[in-house]
Amino acid sequence: MSKNAIIAGLVVFVAAALFPFWFNIGGTNAAPEIELSEKAKAAKQCVLDKYDMRANHMSLLDEWRDSVVRDADRMYKSTNGKDFGMSLSTGENSCLGCHTDKAKFCDRCHTYASVTPYCWECHTDPKEVTQ
Amino acid sequence: MNQKYMLPLAGVFLLFLLAYAGVEGAGLQWFFGIVIPYLAVIAFIWGFVNRVMGWAASAVPFRIPTTCGQQKSLPWIKQNCIDNPDKASGVFIRMLLEIFLFRSLFRNTKAAFNRNEKNKLTYSWEIFLWVGALAFHYAFLVVIVRHLRFFLEPVPACLTFLEFMDGIVQIGLPGIFISGIVLLFAALFLLARRIFDAKVSYISLAADYFPLFLIIGIAVTGIAMRYFTKVDIVGIKEFTMGLVTFHPVIPAGVGGLFYAHVFMVSLLFAYFPMSKLMHMGGIFLSPTRNMANNTRAKRHVNPWNYAVDVHTYEHYEDHFREKMIEAGLPVDKKE
Repeated sequence: MSKNAIIAGLVVFVAAALFPFWFNIGGTNAAPEIELSEKAKAAKQCVLDKYDMRANHMSLLDEWRDSVVRDADRMYKSTNGKDFGMSLSTGENSCLGCHTDKAKFCDRCHTYASVTPYCWECHTDPKEVTQ
Repeated sequence: MNQKYMLPLAGVFLLFLLAYAGVEGAGLQWFFGIVIPYLAVIAFIWGFVNRVMGWAASAVPFRIPTTCGQQKSLPWIKQNCIDNPDKASGVFIRMLLEIFLFRSLFRNTKAAFNRNEKNKLTYSWEIFLWVGALAFHYAFLVVIVRHLRFFLEPVPACLTFLEFMDGIVQIGLPGIFISGIVLLFAALFLLARRIFDAKVSYISLAADYFPLFLIIGIAVTGIAMRYFTKVDIVGIKEFTMGLVTFHPVIPAGVGGLFYAHVFMVSLLFAYFPMSKLMHMGGIFLSPTRNMANNTRAKRHVNPWNYAVDVHTYEHYEDHFREKMIEAGLPVDKKE
């Protein structure tokens, strides 16, 4: 192979390998801020600790789904002593009952981390229904 | 017990512990999370370019394509345009099939003695290396491309689509990505082949096992973080975006397992240019595949031929004209 072709290929490779660096020129490392509703701020405590909640909420929801659908058990006793309704979107005691704004609470981080949870294929955001 | 794989295994395990303990015990997040990854990127790019430029500088004086079909011949003899190409287009298709489908691996055969009293040596087609290699490389590609979601903001739609296809089975939450599982099992298969097949084991060195163990370690820590121990993904994306925007930050609460994962990935990148993994760049330069078989159809001049002083006939005649005329020999120019 001619030397020019090799160098051209190499240039393309290096550009591709460094793609994240030039794609983000002018970008920031700041993650989006999530906005807590007044009710959530007042409650001060969620189901789990903050880090646990950030890392583990999807597994918790998965366990809740099994518990509700298979065992009809709808009450969750948290390690911090509080009771929570095992529901994503129904009622005051559910996730969205407290975190009222889905767009500002759920979606911001999900979009940032490129996660598209299939929760919303069955559940609806109560706000969307009333609108 | 074979030290050829015990040493790399112990090495990878120690490297894992080094990063894990360094972060959990000594709080060296900045070292394993910031210094090492930057050094690894530099080592990877610099080493890769150096290696390929070294190859580019070496002379390729001969056409040495392996011919796996009928050469271009008389018009009524059908040529195999891909396996014995005489034009650049054929070479291009041949390289494409080689790079994307590992065609020469597809022809892999194994030699074994018949298990009967004749004990004859027979060769048979062995497809599993090809299947394993294809599964491994494509799964690894998808895993690497998927990881770009941590390094790009906003995340392009094609990545979201890839994630959708990869997670299409929708098992569990977070949903299983097929590529991660395939990568781990394919790497384990390629490792098992080296360990349990006596003929492959005999030719396997520590340099063959080390990257395999490293990749298995990377896959295991990655899978552990995603499905079992769980990490704060948004915090991690802040960290990775910090790296690519040159404003590195250390996320709060992210544990040693993540840094061990990053450390092993960095090692793989830094080790890449000096290892057999360079077949990634080398496959493009394989001289038995990337040349047209036109040895005789075209004139190929040896690139290091130096200029030879030629004594042409005109010179010869200038030297000996008078003597030639005296002897009655015919000359081109009389005077």
